[in-house]
Amino acid sequence: MSTFEFLLQGLASAAEPMNLLYALIGVTLGTMVGVLPGIGPATTVALLLPVTYQLDATGSLIMFAGIYYGGMYGGSTTSILLNTPGESASIVTALEGNKMARAGRGGPALATAAIGSFVAGLIATLALAFIAPYIVKLALVFGPREYFALMVLAFVTVSSAFGNSTLRGLTSLFIGLALSLVGIDQLTGQNRLSFGVPDLLDGIEVTTMAVAMFAIGETLFIAAQGAQAPDKVEAIKGSVWMTAKDWARSWKAWLRGTVIGFPIGAMPAGGAEIGTFLSYATEKKLSKHPEEFGNGAIEGVAGPEAANNASAAGTLVPLLTLGLPTSATAAIMLAGFQQYGLQPGPLLFATNPQLVWGLIASLLIANLMLLVLNLPLVGLWVKLLTIPKPWLYAGILVFATLGTIGANPSVFELGMLLVFGLIAYVMRVFDYPIAPVIVGLILGPLAEQQLRRALSISQGDFTVLFTSPIAAVLLFIAAVALILPLVLRMRGRGDVLTQMAASED
Amino acid sequence: MSSDTNKSSSERRPDWAALVIAAVLAIVAAVIFVDVSRLTSTTGYSPVGPASVPYWIGFGLIGLAIWTVFAAFRHDFPEREHQEVSPVLWVVGGLLAQMILIRFAGFSIATGLLFGLAARGFGARKLHISIPIGIVICLAIWWLFAGVLQLSLPAGPLENLLQ
Repeated sequence: MSTFEFLLQGLASAAEPMNLLYALIGVTLGTMVGVLPGIGPATTVALLLPVTYQLDATGSLIMFAGIYYGGMYGGSTTSILLNTPGESASIVTALEGNKMARAGRGGPALATAAIGSFVAGLIATLALAFIAPYIVKLALVFGPREYFALMVLAFVTVSSAFGNSTLRGLTSLFIGLALSLVGIDQLTGQNRLSFGVPDLLDGIEVTTMAVAMFAIGETLFIAAQGAQAPDKVEAIKGSVWMTAKDWARSWKAWLRGTVIGFPIGAMPAGGAEIGTFLSYATEKKLSKHPEEFGNGAIEGVAGPEAANNASAAGTLVPLLTLGLPTSATAAIMLAGFQQYGLQPGPLLFATNPQLVWGLIASLLIANLMLLVLNLPLVGLWVKLLTIPKPWLYAGILVFATLGTIGANPSVFELGMLLVFGLIAYVMRVFDYPIAPVIVGLILGPLAEQQLRRALSISQGDFTVLFTSPIAAVLLFIAAVALILPLVLRMRGRGDVLTQMAASED
Repeated sequence: MSSDTNKSSSERRPDWAALVIAAVLAIVAAVIFVDVSRLTSTTGYSPVGPASVPYWIGFGLIGLAIWTVFAAFRHDFPEREHQEVSPVLWVVGGLLAQMILIRFAGFSIATGLLFGLAARGFGARKLHISIPIGIVICLAIWWLFAGVLQLSLPAGPLENLLQ
């Protein structure tokens, strides 16, 4: 069957009434949680994962797609109206969007973000559908050493290529790798680092870790900032609709943002924020109104928002075709797959095509639902932003622990939540990135498996890792991505990288 | 979180907090070494057994610990912002209370207490109001998730009244 037929079949399955309902619940919950300040898509997905536990695999993944896209829409609403970007990928949106909201143009800012996200999501999801089969074909020739090289590349790009410091990025990664050792070794069945605690034999639960690191750590960090002046929620004055001039200025920015964002997401290059910064810089350069940038230029919202959504769809390319999560959100989604015993990758396309294509189709449907829901309901989302801080964060903690208790009601699991929450808090204080811990935790065992397979095939000969051309090229790129930023920072040129800091998503 | 990396060149003393981090990394590495050392003997047939990768990660951590020590002496760490201790303690207290009570008191009372104590950390001072509110909210959540969505949340005296 051709891609097109698969996609149509997927659409038919996603359009079943029950599945539509799951998608609707997903986008609503996702937007609701994503709107809350300080909560990005990674946290949203981690918090809401337990809600999907009782559904079957298809229904749960469809709801998941809705949560993912909904969380991203919600994040942009927050950054426009509150100037508190819920995720690093929304920082640029806050830059121009909040200025627009202050100038009474909050409506058009939200509209261009929503429509831009829709356009980008649509194009990028279609691109995902058409590219995926080719990558799957490529992936079928991959052996253990190629996979290992690919994972090394992902480790480097997620941890050290961008951000403030190679040292702190690598340290975060190694903390994740060390934690990934806990539990039964998958190849020999011996237990490692479980210290006789039965709860640890299965390893450290990725969702517990993600909720602790993102939700609890972030809450503790915000608590530690003490009582500050409350952030001002900008009221939406005037029409939410865009004028003809707004449309004329937005549409090219949407398309450019999509073209910039999708490949960046699809490459193992880490989060969506890089695309948003590049798109912002491009729009600033090409704009006929450069003087408006910094004071609320609509292109500065339209482009980055489109880039943000396009890279989010892009990260699904390596996730679905190779089983390789390149962002914290994707890592948590991988955990979502694994709870049903599904391992994303080329095999999943062959063995369970309905599921994969149903998921891709639900992304399209979720995207459309969000466009229809978001603008009319924006008043409701704004109300969520006006919840007083104590109730808001107390509620977030209740929800964060609810997921863990629902998955595994044990005192030990809650203790881990607290301990890792405190670790994440300390990491935040010292400016350690969080995402590499999650990626290390989930990719660590997979990388180890592939490495040990490769080395047992070669009977312990390490040169085998470099004798495959694909693996050698990937490892070479990884080495460049590790060394180049070090050199740049040593020469005091690290500002560019700092701007692209990946702290979440 | 974008913090500037201003180096305070006048300071000659090392960054003690960074040294503590380096020590923690070294301790984690040591724990890995001690734990996997008992595995090595059981694998003779393959050059890379279950202990190999842990050893490499351990060496990586030692390397990062040494690098962190250098960073501590060169003041490479960004300046820390002032951190309020008491709100953090309230939130941690809430999480601890929930953890201890969840078995005996059920989801609503334990989590309601977490709600009240966390809200206290964020400035809602009236515990006699916020804890009951929290318990009522959690009871509603329990009813929704345990009753409607079939999620297993531990029941206590309050939940048993509802059943």
